[in-house]
Amino acid sequence: MSAGVEGESLDVLDSQDRARFEQLVLPHVDAAFNLSRWLMRGRADAEDVAQEAMLRAFRFFRGFHGGDARAWLLQIVRNTCYTWLEKNRSVDLTTEFDEELHPQPSVTPETLAIAGDNRERLTRALEELPPRFREVLVLRELEGCSYKEIAAITSAPIGTVMSALARARQRLQRVLTQPAAQRKQEAGREL
Amino acid sequence: MSCELTQTVLHGYLDGELDAARAADFERHLISCAACVAALEAHENLRSSLQRAGLYERAPLALREKLQAQLGAPARASVMPIRNPAPWRWLAVAATFLLAVFLGWRLLPLLRGNHGETALASAIVDAHLRSLQPGHLEDVQSTDQHTVKPWFDGKLDFAPPVHDFVNEGFPLQGGRLDVVHGRTVAVLVYARRKHLINVFVWPTTEPDSEPLSGSQLGYHWIDFRKAGMEMCAVSDLNPDDLAELQHLLMQ
Repeated sequence: MSAGVEGESLDVLDSQDRARFEQLVLPHVDAAFNLSRWLMRGRADAEDVAQEAMLRAFRFFRGFHGGDARAWLLQIVRNTCYTWLEKNRSVDLTTEFDEELHPQPSVTPETLAIAGDNRERLTRALEELPPRFREVLVLRELEGCSYKEIAAITSAPIGTVMSALARARQRLQRVLTQPAAQRKQEAGREL
Repeated sequence: MSCELTQTVLHGYLDGELDAARAADFERHLISCAACVAALEAHENLRSSLQRAGLYERAPLALREKLQAQLGAPARASVMPIRNPAPWRWLAVAATFLLAVFLGWRLLPLLRGNHGETALASAIVDAHLRSLQPGHLEDVQSTDQHTVKPWFDGKLDFAPPVHDFVNEGFPLQGGRLDVVHGRTVAVLVYARRKHLINVFVWPTTEPDSEPLSGSQLGYHWIDFRKAGMEMCAVSDLNPDDLAELQHLLMQ
């Protein structure tokens, strides 16, 4: 798999390449959107970034020399997300989800019902993880990628993928079982 | 109580990424390590919650449409030499023409009085997309053809053929009713690995036909008529696998 997408030909694809792109890459638009939604922590920016990534993939498609088209595309999506975050929301990359910026809504019977909702709870917990942990979980558990594919997408050795998944799962368990205040206290002690 | 394997090998085991020898080693270790047994169970539970919570977010239709519009026209028109139009543009024109001819020819009975040539392919792809929204896929959720088939009784003025192809790698997931161009149609839902396939079925008075296929917004479709039924299968599955299902349906 070609590692970088920069500096490749910007020529518009010929008809054959275009047909190949439609057949090999375009069907993975859901995967592209899903990864970018989780890295961006929301649908609005995810749509723009996924679109940009798909267009980049289209322009750099000549650099794709066969193999796993989904992993190739997701590598571009990931790079596009991180570039966007660095430029527009660098705080996302350096700090963890700050619950003071995203306060829990006040507790009413309705919000209690929502808090009981698994989807809501898991979404919040996943979004609280640092992006490097979040991405391996999303790729593994939602996208069903193998370690080899995750290694290709994240440009990391397979051993690193396994340990990142281990740490990500432990963190997620902790986020789900401990109240935020307690975790903060512990984090303070660790420092 | 802790075990260092909960930080490493346990996850390779959970993910089915260990080779047979290492997996067997770890299973032997599990017999005597309560920490790993507990961690494995916790992580398995977490995994199934993650997978069942419907966290996967599919691309919105608006994004697909934007991509279609942008990739349908040259992405970098400004740097393209005007005197040298890309050959695929002509192909695109030809493809549109062929699609129009196809739809005019094949689907006129359905489209009579309708102005859009690509309307049916769009309608079916749209219906497919709609079905992927949470809770919209199946009205009757069953892998048993003997449950799905009677479910359609009394809901339609025709009896769609319902078969489970689990042995061929296309397990039946269920069925539902849908409306395409004002006509109520039966939809059978099949799975292939992680992909879902919607098979739209409606009666036709046209003679049997060879399959015709195409793609739109990244989805592939294949359509044929057999014994008074028209079927159109739609999926993000690759065209070869989709053709395999079409063969099964046609038998």
